[in-house]
Order: sequence, then structure tokens, then C-alpha cells
Amino acid sequence: MKARVFVTLKSGVLDPQGEAVRHALGTLGFDGVEAVRQGKVIDLHLTETDAEKAKRDIKKMCEKLLANTVIEDYSVELL
Amino acid sequence: MRAAVIQFPGSNCDRDLKVAFDALAGNGRTEMVWHKEASLPDGIDIVGIPGGFSFGDYLRCGAIAAKSPIMQAVVNFAERGGYVLGICNGFQVLTESGLLPGVLMQNAGLRFICKTVELRVETAESAFTSAYSVGTTLAVPVAHHEGNYRADEQTLSRLEGEDRVAFRYLDNPNGAANDIAGILSANRRVLGMMPHPERLNDPALGGTDGKALFTSLSEALVAA
Repeated sequence: MKARVFVTLKSGVLDPQGEAVRHALGTLGFDGVEAVRQGKVIDLHLTETDAEKAKRDIKKMCEKLLANTVIEDYSVELL
Repeated sequence: MRAAVIQFPGSNCDRDLKVAFDALAGNGRTEMVWHKEASLPDGIDIVGIPGGFSFGDYLRCGAIAAKSPIMQAVVNFAERGGYVLGICNGFQVLTESGLLPGVLMQNAGLRFICKTVELRVETAESAFTSAYSVGTTLAVPVAHHEGNYRADEQTLSRLEGEDRVAFRYLDNPNGAANDIAGILSANRRVLGMMPHPERLNDPALGGTDGKALFTSLSEALVAA
């Protein structure tokens, strides 16, 4: 089974990297971009075949390692 | 007192920290402990988590190191009241391992900063800072890309209210909340800081502004 984890900065957390990307887009003439938030995509290839069990395991992985929940949110998609 | 320094793949200030610990009164030899060890040597009084780029800063700086086998032993050691000093990447590891609150994010200016900055000593009420006077200005080097300390408002006001900000930048280089350069744990025995006191511990290194931190520790731990 494959899963995709999205890790994004919580709203309200300053994202200087996203701001730099927004600025660069503006330089390229894309001046309609109000905000850019940059995050991470993590693809997991799992041996687990039970979708519910996989979701529970991935939640634990996110809480323990994949995201820092002080500043980041995460969401999971089974592929 | 006996000291240990943890070594991760990518640590690069481990030997500097060992030299600083070795110079302390009564500390014959600092134990160097590889991250794959599951326990600390017996009789250790202080554990140092050095600067560097543990595990190449993969995922998030300090995140992989915080989950290494030795860190569980360090967390247990700290929970039993042991002293822990985390410098630079060591500070990042301490926040990722939950021993200190908050997180160190990318510098607000997006650049790696390698220069000497001025710090103000904010508290003398700790084993790390007792040999300093509150208000003293120190000039200490920083070298980091993720030194922008962030925590929620509640955490920040608790840190301020409990006198747990150890050092503050005079001219904030990285955007850190409340100009925070270093913080203490609730029991004041864990210190995390971005600047490098171990790099200013001997006149031959260009100054001794970091020396009092190690002197403080030596006095506190020998007395204990």
C-alpha cells in the first residue's frame, strides 16, 4: 500500500521561504499571488494491507517524527 | 564532575565541547558517546549535545538525532534531574526531543549566519549562568541556518514569567521570538542555546566570554 503525507506549516507560523517564493513569482510578473506557503510531501510504501491499520500507524509516524506539531500540520492520503 | 558528549553523524563541535568540559575542575576525561548507544556511562553529571548538522539536517534539523537510541537515555537522565547542555544543533535536538519547548525555524533572513553576536545574560539563577551577572553583555559566535526560536504565546509568556530565558540577542540576527538566544527547562537543569560558548573558552580562541558558563557548571556540580 502507498500513502502520501502532506506536512504544512500551521496558519500563523511565519514562512520566510514561502515569502521569498512569493516575491520571486512577483518578479516574474505573477503579481496576483497574495501568499505562498511551502510544505513537504512524503511518500510511504507500506507492507500493511489493512487501510485502517495503515492510517493509524501513519498518524503515529506523523506525531512522532514526520511532523513537528508545534509548528506543522499534517494530512494523509492513501494512494 | 563527569561529563559526556554525544556524537551523531554530522556533529562537528563535539571535540570543542569535550575540550571545554575537560578543562573543568576534577573532570579528568570527558566520555564521548556514539548515538547508537542505548545508555550513558555510569556516574555522568552533565551531558553535552554538540553543534553540527546531525544526520545532514534531514527532515528537520535535530529531528532524526532526537529519535536516536542515546536520546532516550538522555531524556531519562534529564527527567531524573541530570544536567544537559545543548549548543546550536544540540539546542535543536533538545526541542525536537521534547526536553525544551518550542522549535528553531529557518532564520528570518533565509541566510546561514556565521558571525559574532552580542548577548545579554538574562538570569544568573542556573548552574550554567551563576558565574555571570544579569545584564552582562557577551560577544559569542553563532553559526546557524535555523536559529529562529518560535513558540506559542503561552509558552513564551511562561518562559518569561519563570525567568527561563538565559540569553537574549542585543541585535536579533535570526528573527527569534523575544530575541531569545537560549532557554532553560522548568527545573533549570537543561540549557539550550544557539550561540557557541565552547568557541570562546580560551584566550587562544580569541576570547573568553563563554568561559564563565563552564566555570558556573563546574562550581555547581562540584558543590552538588
